[in-house]
Amino acid sequence: MNDRTPSDIGVRELEAVARKLRGQIIRMIAAAGSGHCGGSLSAVDILTYLYFRELRIRPNEPRWPERDRFLLSKGHCAPALYAVLAERGYFPKEKLWTLRGIESTLQGHPDMRKTPGVDMTTGSLGQGFSCAVGIALAGKLDRKDYRVYVVLGDSELQTGLLWEAAMMARQQGLDHLVAIIDNNKLQSDGVTKTIVDIEPIAEKWRAFGWEARRIDGHDFGQIHAAVVQSKSANGQPKVIIADTVKGKGVSFMEGLVSWHSGAPNPQQTAAALHELEARA
Amino acid sequence: MELERGPRPLRLIGKVRHQMKTEKSLRNLQRKACLLRRHIIRMVGVGKTGHIGGSCSCADIVAALYFSVMNVDPARPDDPGRDRFILSKGHAALVLYAALAERGFFPLGELERLKQVGAMLQGHPDRLRTPGVEANTGSLGQGLSLANGMALAAKLDGSNHRIYVILGDGEINEGQVWEAAMFGAFHRLDNVTATLDRNGLQAMGPTKARLGTEPMGDKWRAFGWHVIEIDGHDLAQILDAFAQAKAHPGSPTLILANTVKGKGISFAENNPAFHNGMMTQEQYDLASRELEAALAALNDQT
Amino acid sequence: MSQAQPNKVIYGQTLVELGERNPRIVVLDADVPRSTNTYRFRDAFPDRFFDCGVAEQNMICIAAGLAASGKIAFASTFAVFASMRACEQVRTSVAYPRLNVKIVATNAGVDNAGDGVTHQGIEDLAIMRAIPNMTVLSPSDPVTTRKAVLAIAQLDGPVYLRLGRNPSPVLHEENVEFELGKMIPLRDGDDLAVIATGNMVHEALIAAEALAGQGIEARVLDCHTVKPIDNAAILDAARATRGIITAEDHNLIGGLGGAVCEVVSELWPTRVRRVGLKDCFASSGRDYRELLAHFQMDAAAIQAAAQELWSSNGVHALSASSARCATR
Repeated sequence: MNDRTPSDIGVRELEAVARKLRGQIIRMIAAAGSGHCGGSLSAVDILTYLYFRELRIRPNEPRWPERDRFLLSKGHCAPALYAVLAERGYFPKEKLWTLRGIESTLQGHPDMRKTPGVDMTTGSLGQGFSCAVGIALAGKLDRKDYRVYVVLGDSELQTGLLWEAAMMARQQGLDHLVAIIDNNKLQSDGVTKTIVDIEPIAEKWRAFGWEARRIDGHDFGQIHAAVVQSKSANGQPKVIIADTVKGKGVSFMEGLVSWHSGAPNPQQTAAALHELEARA
Repeated sequence: MELERGPRPLRLIGKVRHQMKTEKSLRNLQRKACLLRRHIIRMVGVGKTGHIGGSCSCADIVAALYFSVMNVDPARPDDPGRDRFILSKGHAALVLYAALAERGFFPLGELERLKQVGAMLQGHPDRLRTPGVEANTGSLGQGLSLANGMALAAKLDGSNHRIYVILGDGEINEGQVWEAAMFGAFHRLDNVTATLDRNGLQAMGPTKARLGTEPMGDKWRAFGWHVIEIDGHDLAQILDAFAQAKAHPGSPTLILANTVKGKGISFAENNPAFHNGMMTQEQYDLASRELEAALAALNDQT
Repeated sequence: MSQAQPNKVIYGQTLVELGERNPRIVVLDADVPRSTNTYRFRDAFPDRFFDCGVAEQNMICIAAGLAASGKIAFASTFAVFASMRACEQVRTSVAYPRLNVKIVATNAGVDNAGDGVTHQGIEDLAIMRAIPNMTVLSPSDPVTTRKAVLAIAQLDGPVYLRLGRNPSPVLHEENVEFELGKMIPLRDGDDLAVIATGNMVHEALIAAEALAGQGIEARVLDCHTVKPIDNAAILDAARATRGIITAEDHNLIGGLGGAVCEVVSELWPTRVRRVGLKDCFASSGRDYRELLAHFQMDAAAIQAAAQELWSSNGVHALSASSARCATR
């Protein structure tokens, strides 16, 4: 499965799934009355690729020991993860509309005790990545074959914990660990480079001993190529810097800090869904 | 170095005179560094542990800072325009105390009362108890952030005083250092000069140890810093690096100082046991003799 | 000021006021100025504002460095990150050297409903109380929030001030006397005493009304300063009434409830019922009051605790202890 050339990966199919998931993200957050649209929409193509073309997983056996692991370190974009998990059959789709409800299966940030398919509780930026390093380490200790994927937000690179974990991953030679940065260039307070600039990104990771590559995070062909290239067992952990657009897929949300968080009102919800359906 | 225009002979004399003055001041600094090391071993004494290794490895840098580079006045420790020094690797407090005492921030006699209950000199630097100490360090990783705050204040107030920090190479494992590094470069805090005391000793062998932290210079450059690499025991190089840092605009500077842990004391050099080590009477006597001999040799060179 | 507003809006507005009066005031944030409301200060005084990005530990020490250089530094982020992510930095770089840093942490408690447990700071009062040199405040309404922010700017030393997220109704008169370390009585009564802090003061008043309907007169005290706590008011309540109920949007352990128990057990042993989160993590929720009810931390819970205290006498069975998480 993993040796497919880009033309074989069914880009049209993936785009259709991603479009559908975008609609669910909007509806989910609208129903909840709060949530993070921008970052969920920017990450969903990466998640779609991973969950429909890459990860070795068993939705009916969420804790299958040999499974590939996935962590959403940018945990506030849980709606994207929930949408893709539901689509893969980890839980009934009806659950999506219970996002952020009291004791709901779907909490505001991923909860490994409540949601089937969630490998780690995340939400506090930087910690998911550090946990991913731990999970990768366990895999190496146990001589397992599973790969560990972790999706980060760009502002997470401002967090010291991330660099502690990056040093550790290199020191331990965790070459089955792949970090994907959803580099949508906007964070809660504004344009990332005006808060604390994280560039040059690749140079930093390489100085920390990681193998780094940079792609368009909405291009399935490029995502595929990068993931395939990240499979070299060369002792280096891998980072894929995916340039994305915050709010991608909903024209009035694209590239806007204001859609970092906040639920769309009924008119906005309808407009967004209409746009997405029109492209189908 | 601009020389006055004049007839050749005078120009030559001027140059030589400058050279002699430079050599004399370098020897003076070397003497100071020796004195600091002597204070360090006296503070630790026999049969008690002390951070000899890490204090001695940065003694030359500290000597340069307190006896040449920094604008500080023991008579006016709160002068708002003073340069600041933060020993981020706070466990090397011994060398800081030695330097402050030698500069006259407090009586030399205080050095003997180190760590006694109620004493001025605590196990790690304490700005409330000790004149001349700018920050309560000891918990690794916080000093560079503190320096950033002081540097911001200086820029806000339009003051051109500088902030100097010494970091340990193990310390840079602390994520907060990288938060501070990213912030310092982003805010163009060129009034911060950090020195990394790279004495390279880890529990495991050197190759394995370096996997985590090397390449050190590349990391700091990728984080937007100006990097200068030197021999951390060569006072001419140290002074030159600080001068370059001061003249470098737009980004903070990291001086990557290659050092020897325990430098100046034969049995402590490169010896992990002396990170926080204890001397026997014999070792103490040997160290004393070695440092006295070094001082004597420097004095003979006038 | 008559309408309910989030106390953190008042904080942001008062910061601007302070900034106008005093050029030494500087403000820091960690990527959430729109939430904490420090953006107001940024708009007014961009040169004195520093957003440190997602780097709370760095932010706290930068604040310390600024304070060491003569500034008065206000540093804001969510309560959970201020008190835990950067806990050691608060303790070692701010509290230990007694630097003039005011940590104003917002979105505290289960008031931060939707985001859920990772973003609900329910331990911060316990942590901050245990750090020496730290003054700890938790004002209840817009009026006392403004007075608290002004008061801490005058105080030379480390402060932790906790605020919630949602609008709080006005509970005090504009000219109410506000003194650090002194509880404000909102209701008289000698049958029982309810000592509450932050959002729970409003819940306490609702409960007291309901209790009055049952013939139980409860005094309600607004404990805006958790440290140093008003020992005299606690002692007076212990002496005058049959027992004390404490209420906080915080874990039962170590916060206001713990503080009151410490005082009465040393000065005037009396029975206490603590209302708060029963040592469990809460949950996401879409509505704050619904969450409070679900986790038995609302006015009804205060009333129930009071009734239980009122009608019981002597020793209680262990099962009556407050500290078990009561959800499914």
